[in-house]
Amino acid sequence: MTTAPTAHKGSVGVARTRVEGRDKVTGAARYAAEVPFAGLAYGWLALSTVARGRIRSVETAGVLAMPGVLTVLHHGNAPRLDTGFVGFLGAPDPTCAVFQHDRVPHRGWPVALVVAETSEQAREAAEALVVHYEEEPHDIAFDGERSDAYPVDGHMPAVTAKGDLEAELAASAVVVDAEYTTPEEHHNPMEPHAATARWDGGRLEVVDSNQGATWVVSDLAQLFSLDPASVRVRSEHVGGGFGSKGVRAHQVAAVMAATALRRPVRVVMTRRQMFSLAGYRSPTVQRLRLGADAGGRLRALEHRALSLTSTVHEFIEPSAGAARVMYDADAHHTANRVVRLDVPTPTWMRAPGEAPGSFALESALDELAEKCGLDPIELRARNEPERGPVSGLPFSGRNLIACFREGARRFGWADRDPRPGLRREGRWLLGTGTAAASFPARARPSTATVTAEADGTFTVRISAADIGTGARTALTQVAADALEVGPERVRMRIGDSDFGPAMIAGGSMGTRSWAWAITAAADELRERLIPGAGIPPEGVTVRSDTTAAVAALTETERHSFGAQFAEVAVDVATGEVRVRRMLGIFAAGRIVNPLTARNQFVGGMIWGISMALHEEAVRDRASGGHYAADLAGYHVSAHADVPHVEADWIDDPDPDDPVGIKGIGEIGIVGAAAAVANAVWHATGVRHRSLPIRPDRVILAGTGEPHA
Amino acid sequence: MKEFGYQRVFDVSGALALLDADPDARFLGGGTNLVDLMKAGVERPARLVDVRELPLDRIEPTADGGLRIGATVTNSDLAAHPEVRRRYPALAQAVLAGASGQLRNMATVGGNLLQRTRCGYFTDVTRPCNKRTPGSGCPAVEGEHRNHAILGASGHCVAVHPSDMAVALTAFDAVVSYETTDGPGALPLSEFYLPVGGTPHLETALPQGALITGVTLPPAPIAAVSRYRKVRERASYAFAIGSVAAALDVRDGVIQDARLAFGAVASRPWRARSAERTLTGARADGETFAAAADAELAAAKPLPHNGYKVTLMRNLVVAVLTELSEEAAR
Repeated sequence: MTTAPTAHKGSVGVARTRVEGRDKVTGAARYAAEVPFAGLAYGWLALSTVARGRIRSVETAGVLAMPGVLTVLHHGNAPRLDTGFVGFLGAPDPTCAVFQHDRVPHRGWPVALVVAETSEQAREAAEALVVHYEEEPHDIAFDGERSDAYPVDGHMPAVTAKGDLEAELAASAVVVDAEYTTPEEHHNPMEPHAATARWDGGRLEVVDSNQGATWVVSDLAQLFSLDPASVRVRSEHVGGGFGSKGVRAHQVAAVMAATALRRPVRVVMTRRQMFSLAGYRSPTVQRLRLGADAGGRLRALEHRALSLTSTVHEFIEPSAGAARVMYDADAHHTANRVVRLDVPTPTWMRAPGEAPGSFALESALDELAEKCGLDPIELRARNEPERGPVSGLPFSGRNLIACFREGARRFGWADRDPRPGLRREGRWLLGTGTAAASFPARARPSTATVTAEADGTFTVRISAADIGTGARTALTQVAADALEVGPERVRMRIGDSDFGPAMIAGGSMGTRSWAWAITAAADELRERLIPGAGIPPEGVTVRSDTTAAVAALTETERHSFGAQFAEVAVDVATGEVRVRRMLGIFAAGRIVNPLTARNQFVGGMIWGISMALHEEAVRDRASGGHYAADLAGYHVSAHADVPHVEADWIDDPDPDDPVGIKGIGEIGIVGAAAAVANAVWHATGVRHRSLPIRPDRVILAGTGEPHA
Repeated sequence: MKEFGYQRVFDVSGALALLDADPDARFLGGGTNLVDLMKAGVERPARLVDVRELPLDRIEPTADGGLRIGATVTNSDLAAHPEVRRRYPALAQAVLAGASGQLRNMATVGGNLLQRTRCGYFTDVTRPCNKRTPGSGCPAVEGEHRNHAILGASGHCVAVHPSDMAVALTAFDAVVSYETTDGPGALPLSEFYLPVGGTPHLETALPQGALITGVTLPPAPIAAVSRYRKVRERASYAFAIGSVAAALDVRDGVIQDARLAFGAVASRPWRARSAERTLTGARADGETFAAAADAELAAAKPLPHNGYKVTLMRNLVVAVLTELSEEAAR
């Protein structure tokens, strides 16, 4: 079903193709590395080949003599940056503050930028650049036994605890105690990170691929001690971000070089460089202890999650956070800890915390259901909390069980025999699995301007980013309804920091936050326009700022929820696992554009398949760097791995919320890997607690050996 | 990247002359591997001699009932050819199991035979690799080697050959034809790839400057009932972690003849002759198939993290031979 459009406002809720779709499929849409500039020079980053140590020397002389080479920037000649600020997402990761010292904290650390007349010349010279290091022993060993791990808050408290865990576990009729692991995963957006920097009439302009133009402006201005008003960042089209496209080495290096050479400089990351420079999702080791009474009601829940970060910046993958929303227990303990290693800093990646956390938590719930002899959906229904298990706040709405009921009906769950390892079709064992999903529905302040043009059209300006989500189209629909006009009369301009501060495309907050600001401006504009009166040639413009409105929002547990279902086939002789079908039913507020929304949900679910079965970045202990860091070595699901994937949603009204849009960018991946893993258990009788469920793991686990 | 020359040639003698004149030149077929390696800095040719327009793009029956496949035949054309599908179905299946549709449209038979290993240390010029830089060492032995060799490797190199096509060709005793400035030559595929030993950088027995002109498949009625099964870490578009090309001739429940070759287990397509000997003359049943697999895999020397390949190959051999014997019985 689709969300019904509101009366006399016909755009929101109607499936629409992307407003820039034609430009994209015909190649007319230009991405950051495609925008032409006169006099453009090309920078190429040289990365460290040691995992820890000190740069002894950079032999620039030979490289400077190579054809076309203009300059080599490195720690010995680069301008100093100011990193002592707190930006939009906290203190900056020093990884982006390139060439500030001689320390090398991980393999793939930027040590120089070679700038030349052509990209090929820059690359050849960068690859010829000899850098001498004083190498030191490195430590990249990540495991659950690290005694130097410590709790870190990140965007939520590190530790929550209530009740006597050991006592409740001891008193429980059924206990699950298991360790789950997820590997290092990378965003790998189709479009590599790319930036062109130039000075134009005293202003710094950066044409970039990012998730928030004003965010990049703010960080660049502070790094280079510039007036933010003198910096402009444009990012009209962005070919994917998934959390990786903030301020990174390439923009900073490009600004340095453009400043030094007084001409435009472009820096593009290679796919291989992205593995070191773009951030990634930390591997996790997660321990779950669940204790329940004979009826499956949770008495004890402990989720302890370990992730890693670099030695230069603290980033935490808060996997234990999901339990704080999903399930209550008399004793409820969660903890996110981190260990610092000689590796690049991880970062936000689609559903940070929830994606790996839900794999562990929802797998453990499935194990508990098995032990209790309960249907996994019934187990979850019996553990529906009345209020936030940790916060004690009421839920603004919690349609989890409604998602399960609708999903179960459509998936054919009622016919399922819960016993594992029974269904065979030729060489394949078949099984089905399910898992719950949730993701917070938060908002951040944004500004927008809406102009009523003299020709009867409207122009909306907001520093939003469409990173492939369909945000530009969704916002067009939101604006049309707010203005009570057809969407063809709305011109949506985004991706330009000159439009003023706005939320980034992140945290599933973009469309929710931007729509709020656009609606506020449009509402005021409609009040200003006098029916029948003409519009002056310069138009009538209204500007909104939702800072106060966002701050006034009642504090509740406001989340999207979902139920994931998967059917898999497993050949235990060869280790092959194939997902046959998936269904996700979501309760995610008001759905603005069913077409692009489905794309978001399905995209997340497909990534869940990929996470369950394929994705894994492998680090080589000896060198401290990646093994086969490219898309031939780092497998994502191919088309043949993605069968019938269906996503749909149920009505999820939130009358107390002024926007009603909850954000759908991330929930699609949440629980998806657990649903697949639970289905693999149902097919084979083997619990796979380490992702990805690779053929070698399946072969070695065999069949019928419970808890192998 | 390094600048390089590019020249397209239209006759074999012209191609040979260009390569003879420039030891740093390379023949370019579909470029699906060489160009990638150039981007990675592994290959740094001074000149590319594009041989794709050479008149070597035909698949023709030979007088004795075999097939001759030109070197510039694309993978797509090879897999689609009716005589290939009829007489050597495992070859068509092997080709279709490789790469993607787009890559198969570009890749050529000659280039396919000469593609390099996808070992992640070989393709990363910042790492040691005896194949790329002789004497520098092999980090895979103690590092990442989940998809490395279990058969025929040495302490100098444990990489595997990536081709699917070559596995089927090996099972069917294909012979590689080539031309040099000194005249033509031929090498059975079983002698085409050199053992690893201490010289992993020396991969084939092709003379310096030789151009592969084609591959000849001898007549093999047994190949009409043949199969290629490939296991990989996703459903498509990945290199094998283990593959089997097999053909069986079964009469009255007894195996008259068998062909078996393995992929992704060695530095070259691995003809499983011990297994074939076990199969020939034995009853076509699961016990025989398992014994055949064990006979071949007795020589396996797995590394700490690729021991699963022994189990995988055993299971795969049994599964494929079981399917084939059922097919042969129909």
